Amino acid sequence: MTQLVIEAGGTEREYWRDLWRYRELFYFLAWRDLLVRYKQTFVGVTWSLIRPLLTMIVLTVVFGKLGKMPSGGMPYPLLVFCGMLPWQFFSTAMAESGNSLVANSNLISKVYFPRLVITVSSVMTSFVDFLISALFLVVLMIWYRYAPPASLLFLPFFVLLVFGVTLGVGLWIAALMVEYRDFRFIVPFMVQFGLYISPVGFQSSVVPERFRLLYALNPMVGVIDGFRWCLLGTQNSPYWPGFAVAVIEVIVLVASGIWYFRKTEQTFADVI
Amino acid sequence: MSGAGNTFRAPAMSNPVISIENLSKRYTIGHQRANGDGMRHAIEGAMRTPLAWFRSSRQKKLRQVDFWALKDVSLQIKRGEVVGIVGRNGAGKSTLLKILSRITVPTEGRIRIDGRIASLLEVGTGFHQELTGRENIFLNGAILGMTRAEIIRKFDEIVEFSGIEEFLDTPVKRYSSGMYVRLAFAVAAHLEPEILIVDEVLAVGDAAFQKKCLGKMSSFAQSGRTVLFVSHNMEAVRTLCQRGVWLKDGRLHKDGKADEIVEDYFNSTANEISFSCANPDYGLIIQKVVLKNDRGEESSQFRPGEDLIVEISYDAHKCIEKPVVALGVLGINGSCFTSNMLLDGHRPDFLEGPGRITCTFKSIPLLPQSYTVKMIIRAANVKDLIVNYQEVAGFSVVGDLAEYGYKGEFLTFARHSTPVVVPYEWRLPDGTIAAVTLNRSTADFEDRISSEVGNH
Repeated sequence: MTQLVIEAGGTEREYWRDLWRYRELFYFLAWRDLLVRYKQTFVGVTWSLIRPLLTMIVLTVVFGKLGKMPSGGMPYPLLVFCGMLPWQFFSTAMAESGNSLVANSNLISKVYFPRLVITVSSVMTSFVDFLISALFLVVLMIWYRYAPPASLLFLPFFVLLVFGVTLGVGLWIAALMVEYRDFRFIVPFMVQFGLYISPVGFQSSVVPERFRLLYALNPMVGVIDGFRWCLLGTQNSPYWPGFAVAVIEVIVLVASGIWYFRKTEQTFADVI
Repeated sequence: MSGAGNTFRAPAMSNPVISIENLSKRYTIGHQRANGDGMRHAIEGAMRTPLAWFRSSRQKKLRQVDFWALKDVSLQIKRGEVVGIVGRNGAGKSTLLKILSRITVPTEGRIRIDGRIASLLEVGTGFHQELTGRENIFLNGAILGMTRAEIIRKFDEIVEFSGIEEFLDTPVKRYSSGMYVRLAFAVAAHLEPEILIVDEVLAVGDAAFQKKCLGKMSSFAQSGRTVLFVSHNMEAVRTLCQRGVWLKDGRLHKDGKADEIVEDYFNSTANEISFSCANPDYGLIIQKVVLKNDRGEESSQFRPGEDLIVEISYDAHKCIEKPVVALGVLGINGSCFTSNMLLDGHRPDFLEGPGRITCTFKSIPLLPQSYTVKMIIRAANVKDLIVNYQEVAGFSVVGDLAEYGYKGEFLTFARHSTPVVVPYEWRLPDGTIAAVTLNRSTADFEDRISSEVGNH
């Protein structure tokens, strides 16, 4: 017999058990968002290719051709695409997961399930786009006849890292957005600025050595460097302190994100 | 408290399955909305000098109003009980259900629930307009807590119950509202909880469908499971529930047999409704709905056979074209009569600015009982509801039936009789003709005739 106790303040243990019980809902909500996203569009899923492709061309022209940034001997489009792969995932998933609770307010006010499911599943939805883009990268690498180095084996670690950054930031924004809709305006800024202060269109090696550590405070720097290192084997040895900073930041972000989300979750239905 | 009618059930039933102790829920109204620009105040508060921060937080306190949606509610519900919760809008019914369904947490108090609980606060929660019926069955099922395997196993049953087989692969946005509701209820009806919580779902859908829902719920109840049911449909509460709980202003007002609670509640509300509402989407405000008698006086008491005038005062901030207004007069057992523009077709061309609509029900043929008035206003497309309220006004019919020529020995039974009496006439074996009507002026007249006929 299942026994449930509802008290002022709520119960923690129950929550994680419920999260497990509702594990299939992660999949269903992500599936819903994917199904819905391209309904009544003309080219459908192709959109998740067109966007990165066009951005890649623009960034290549602006930074590679006009800005004459160093490519380290690699085809510039490839360099850009390896940076864009995690960046696009981060920016779209952060925007979508940040908005996820508000977008699903009808669910929140009418039915119980751990709200973490909503935000996490919206990150998962964007992850599918990430995989499609990754396939395109494979095509691009074949086109440029560029074989990945042995460091490719570390790629899953950096994928996990970018997932962590995104989830951490997404949880914070989603929970804050419930009460402060201001974040609806803040998120587009973050995405816009982030593109320039992260090494998407250029390599982080162009940053003067003495600023490298400061620069690495942006966790996406470590993530993007990591992706380039794994996929292209950037000539310069990777900037290890930068990775370390990124890893610590991700752990803090995810832990604090879950903490804040859990803290405010109980009042979501009252505030939303 | 009377739950005693259930002692014939399983022996385990002596312990309550739901035990609510001193439950309270406080809402703080107006703090984040009144400030308007959300986060600025939070940041400002932190940035300013301590003194200014102190002052601003004190001002903030002044703006906040605490509102206890529930206060010190204690309730024990036993296994197999079917409990109807009644109360006016804002009495705390929905808050109680929301806490029981774990959508929101209580401010004080504790609830213990033994058994798998499922709640249905809305039909079709999580349905997505763009998805097909088939896809929505899976989505909705998962949201309500079914596993994938469970949904697959019950899929055929759900489809059959909903009766929409042929539209299974059509996006639900193309469904009629009836189909939508049927499908949604079909999914919910196949949850298999031990305790079911239902909020007002029966207010939607057509009569046949409502009957089906009620049937499903009563078969659910008969299988010995526990049901908590909130409704404005007094008849449903009476037929479905054994026990009634009446919430008033967030407190437990009365607890007892469903019949008695419903009757008490209905009689008391009928005389004290003051209604207003707004639908911001359509820019329509219903300022008040008042009842008047044929002398134009506001009243909540009418005599049998008197005219009943329902006067709706509205203010339309946007132009609403061709609305459909429908009024219904309900007794404790359900609808008595209605006026409905959907049928008679006398729709106004538009509503704009402040105005009034009145409807006069001529010489109401009602026995002395309590009644409520419901109101529905639909948009030009008929499908969209602008206003849909069960209790916009209430009144009681009072009067001595003897004055209408009633001379039976059991006149008190009139309180429980079917309330509508159309004029009728008995023809007895000895040739006596006796006409009965609640329209008094003619009643006097007919009385005279029938006594003349009788004297022959």
